[in-house]
Amino acid sequence: MSDSAVYQRVRQNPKFHELVRRRGRLAVALSVVVLGSYYCFMMVVAFAPDLLRTPLAEGANLTVGVPVGAAIIVVSWLLTGLYSYFANGEFEELNKDVVREVLK
Amino acid sequence: MSRPLTLLAAALCLLAVPALAAPGDLGGAEKQPVNVTAIVMFFAFVMGTLGITYWASKRTKSASDFYTAGGGITGFQNGLAIAGDYMSAATLLGLSSLVFAKGFDGFIYTISFFVGWPIILFLLAERLRNLGRFTFADIASYRLDQSKIRTFAAMGSLTVVCFYLIVQMVGAGQLIKLLFGLDYAVAVIIVGVLMVIYVTFGGMIATTWVQIIKAVLLLGGGVLLCLLALSKFGFSLEAMAAKAVTSHKDGIKLMGPGTLLADPVSAVSLSLGLVFGTAALPHILMRFFTVPNAKEARKSVFVASGFIGFFFLVVCVLGLAAISIVGTDPQFFEGGKVGGKLLGGGNMPVMHLAKALGGDLFLGFLSAVAFATILAVVSGLALAGASAIAHDIYARVIRKGHASEVEEMRVSKIASLVLGVVAVVLGIMFEKQNVAFLVGLTFGIAASANFPVLFLSMYWKGLTTRGALWGGIAGLISAVACVVLSKAVWVVVLEKPAPIFPYEHPALFSMTLAFLVTIVVSKLDGSATARAERELFEDQYVRAQTGIGAAQASNH
Repeated sequence: MSDSAVYQRVRQNPKFHELVRRRGRLAVALSVVVLGSYYCFMMVVAFAPDLLRTPLAEGANLTVGVPVGAAIIVVSWLLTGLYSYFANGEFEELNKDVVREVLK
Repeated sequence: MSRPLTLLAAALCLLAVPALAAPGDLGGAEKQPVNVTAIVMFFAFVMGTLGITYWASKRTKSASDFYTAGGGITGFQNGLAIAGDYMSAATLLGLSSLVFAKGFDGFIYTISFFVGWPIILFLLAERLRNLGRFTFADIASYRLDQSKIRTFAAMGSLTVVCFYLIVQMVGAGQLIKLLFGLDYAVAVIIVGVLMVIYVTFGGMIATTWVQIIKAVLLLGGGVLLCLLALSKFGFSLEAMAAKAVTSHKDGIKLMGPGTLLADPVSAVSLSLGLVFGTAALPHILMRFFTVPNAKEARKSVFVASGFIGFFFLVVCVLGLAAISIVGTDPQFFEGGKVGGKLLGGGNMPVMHLAKALGGDLFLGFLSAVAFATILAVVSGLALAGASAIAHDIYARVIRKGHASEVEEMRVSKIASLVLGVVAVVLGIMFEKQNVAFLVGLTFGIAASANFPVLFLSMYWKGLTTRGALWGGIAGLISAVACVVLSKAVWVVVLEKPAPIFPYEHPALFSMTLAFLVTIVVSKLDGSATARAERELFEDQYVRAQTGIGAAQASNH
């Protein structure tokens, strides 16, 4: 079977469309979360920096900006874990089904 | 597999033991010049990695072994190697010194350097792995005109590689001159020679292991230094911040956004360049082809971004600690004047912190790690450059795919030798130049010339050869023009009174322009080839999503 014929059969497989739709939706949603929170942060830096200069507690030297900034790094890393969990688990199984059904 | 691990363990023991023993040994170490410790430790690293290179050379038989370690690197190993590739000496020294000088603004920079990684995973990693074989030009030219797009993508890669090599070489020369007491030219030549040896003999296998070892050393050294610093403040970040605020001339302003990114246009432009430039650095993209499948590719980004994010947070703590520990200690300032010029220049706070907290031995250890870091990064760059020359330009464009594997490998080895010579010559030429602008330029070009073509080729059916070429050239020219007309070159290098382009970073303008031109020209392209190229997208899309057809490609 030529590559092109294989790809044609993949396109006719409803599981392929399910895979692409669900994995794509997750990827876009997580990208929006990461880029959205990061650019919100940058906009606060530019337009309302005083928000980030608020001390964490009365008389403290650490400001709100420190945990917020650290959270952007930590949370976006956790989201890479979330994506890998689904993409390497459930979606990878779906992908294998598609390949198996098409190449059999 | 067991051999490099043994070597790795041996190298680690050699390096870790004296470092841990440092506090007790100070009396003896202080009598010797600093450089002896550093040189001995660095020598151990070089011996270990040369051993790995010898081992790797026995396993590097095919072009696939050479460029991508035969696709046999696991996700975890590749994650560490990516982290090793990305955590350059510039991040350890540059980001910490930025926190040292500017406080919270340095932290914002650090975050911006990180955010590209999740995006690489969500939008690029699986498609890169499924479509690419050796280089990112493989993907960009998948359904477009081989010679035109491949040549352009290879040129884009080589430009980025050369600029980044200059940055690393100049940094290496200055760092080594200062820390090891070696001559600048000697230092640059040592880096160049070792880089060529790693790459030509060991290919991607050796480069990967050099990066893994270096990543482990850098993480270990950074964490140890961070713990030592925190112990000075009773492991309280608040106490550290309080001391920093009283020590720094900016006082409490240090702890919030300052002047560095006050202008939103600059902030967005910087971050676009960093986020999307990261996603188009050829030596980083190349790492995605070393794993067997998309699943391992995803795992490697998860591992890499974990280590990178953790390390970046550690680096910020080091910068904060240095404000009070280094910033108030006359021994680290020229002429002993606190608040004046730092000994060795503005990039040195972490090195001084290592000396303040762990004595000469720890300084020696960290110097050796910084040297190792530069070596690992330049090796990755040289390999990416060699693959662009040998695989893209020689084998695919000049020989139209008819070059034998032996011929292609011979060319890639010659190419890495030539790149080594070029890097040494440029490194020596640029010794006295301020090369800070080259970092901005590198990321700007990657984001403007390489990223739009790469991204649209995978995501947009309508992309045609003509559009990709025009858009890429528009991105390249506008990025270079913006940087040349900006303060970093126009005022600092060319010594004109005022910059013509008012911002430091070009990406907001040049990347937008590249996308616009690419899309408009592609839309207007009504040629028969353009129609055929659009039709090919469907098959490419299936392969990008499922990896069907990709598995065979990596088994050559």
